[in-house]
Amino acid sequence: MPYSEIEGLSSVGRIRKLLNVAKENKIVLLQGRLKKEEETELIKATMEEINKDFKGIELAVIDASAAETAGIRKFRNAVYGMLLGDRQGMTIIGPASIVKEIKKDPHKIELLTKESKAKKSKKR
Amino acid sequence: MSFFQNFVNKFFKNLFKNKKQIKLGLYGPPNSGKSTLANKVCQDWLGEDMSTVSNIPHETREIIIKEQISIKSKDGRKELAFNLVDTPGIATRIDYEDFVKAGMKAKEAKKRAKEATKGVVDAIKWLDEMDAVTIVLDATKDPYSQVNITIVGNLAARDIPVLIAANKVDLKKADIKRIQDAFPQYSVVGISAKYGKNIQDFYDALFKMVK
Repeated sequence: MPYSEIEGLSSVGRIRKLLNVAKENKIVLLQGRLKKEEETELIKATMEEINKDFKGIELAVIDASAAETAGIRKFRNAVYGMLLGDRQGMTIIGPASIVKEIKKDPHKIELLTKESKAKKSKKR
Repeated sequence: MSFFQNFVNKFFKNLFKNKKQIKLGLYGPPNSGKSTLANKVCQDWLGEDMSTVSNIPHETREIIIKEQISIKSKDGRKELAFNLVDTPGIATRIDYEDFVKAGMKAKEAKKRAKEATKGVVDAIKWLDEMDAVTIVLDATKDPYSQVNITIVGNLAARDIPVLIAANKVDLKKADIKRIQDAFPQYSVVGISAKYGKNIQDFYDALFKMVK
């Protein structure tokens, strides 16, 4: 999902849109990231909607700017951040019925699905 | 007359304002040992337990507050008074079948799941009420989970002081360094709330956090 799809929406609208896709048993790969407050609101909204069919979500945010600690790359990311705002990085949201776990460390992210238990990994 | 009334009102307002105790929240994912730590603190300074603990996740499903806990520094010179707030573990998924697998009956498990979802919502709502927070993490588990990062990020955005307690250091798999690497901007103190290991270090870190 390109960032432009949620750019014009309010915080509630963004959360609603992402949660609705997850509730359709689809995995969302969103360009960019939500605001910190929106992440907690997403968790809160998820909890309010849990029922016998919807068990929640798995969530992971890759923050490109946070991983760089020194040098020209950090400066470059700071400039990108000023120009692009929340478009940097990537957000992954998957329904708990499909996504077993999203493992994350500073260098890679692993998404483990329930059906196949196969690993897909994406290098940053 | 109104001048006198204003003076009296202001006097009493300031009197209680100065007496206001800080709210120290215990936050973290389910089963990280928040309630065990709350009990350890209460046992050490009040001689009584605060919360019930269990190996099954989401044992704490309501906000629990213990008021007027007063702890002393190692040398006994400084005193820190606070209201301790034990919160339900924050999760992004809750499935009653997980409780069934842990040995609960289906009806009981469904009730627990429903209460647990409400508990997570309440814990998030209470973030704004906190003056300082100790994030309790299980030192044997992956610290990079999004729930941990989201809690830390939200507290930072609200300018709330944070101390990270890397709990369960009595277990072989515990890795404090991994937690320090994940959150380099915060003080991390390795403890075992269950056995009281390094608990004095935790109290010393609390003094530093709220100074």
